[in-house]
Amino acid sequence: MTTKKMAIIATKGTLDMAYPPFILASTAAALGYEVQIFFTFYGLQLLRKDLSDVMISPLANPAMPMPIPMPVFVQMLPGMESMATMMMKQKLKKHGVASLEELREMCLDMDVKFVACQMTVDLFEFDKAEFIGNVEYAGASAFFGFAGETDICLFV
Amino acid sequence: MNFDKEFDASGMSCPLPIVKTKKALADMESGKVLKVIATDVGAVKDMQAFADQTGNTLLASSEAGGKFVFFMKKK
Repeated sequence: MTTKKMAIIATKGTLDMAYPPFILASTAAALGYEVQIFFTFYGLQLLRKDLSDVMISPLANPAMPMPIPMPVFVQMLPGMESMATMMMKQKLKKHGVASLEELREMCLDMDVKFVACQMTVDLFEFDKAEFIGNVEYAGASAFFGFAGETDICLFV
Repeated sequence: MNFDKEFDASGMSCPLPIVKTKKALADMESGKVLKVIATDVGAVKDMQAFADQTGNTLLASSEAGGKFVFFMKKK
């Protein structure tokens, strides 16, 4: 039985979009897949040592389920973003969903390889010291070396 | 059913039951049985899928008192 492979290209850095790459990667790894995640653009935020700044905004998020309908001019008030983030985190905890830190740790524990897009690290002038250690820095072409051989390749 | 190791995943949601099951099995010898308790409804199909895709055997899957109980034999 040849090992199946999965590649994920993670381009988003909000709380709701941080979960899919880590959940899919950890699940695939648990099922025996060889997994690599390519973090680029805002996905790079998920490589920060401190993930407490990963947030979710109620603004311009019409698909977000809300306890009460919230008009746009309320969504943009100061503090609404922090409140939405806090409420989302409470909900996640209440339902027994692992934290981002935990999921990321589980991925690394199961040998999921993290690759950061060198170009966007330079573009946003990110300091690698703020990122976790076990990350390889490479470009798209290098990533295609792995992505081209995968059974599942996802763009998030 | 006899089992060699037990793990309680109550309160944990996807993907924790599966990821932790994999971890628990890693330390076990071939042929040994792991008992997993879960409250996540999704775990029922997930455990079967895990067995199908990893070659481990799901010996039994049942429900007792609102919790799901699985017996997984390591390949």
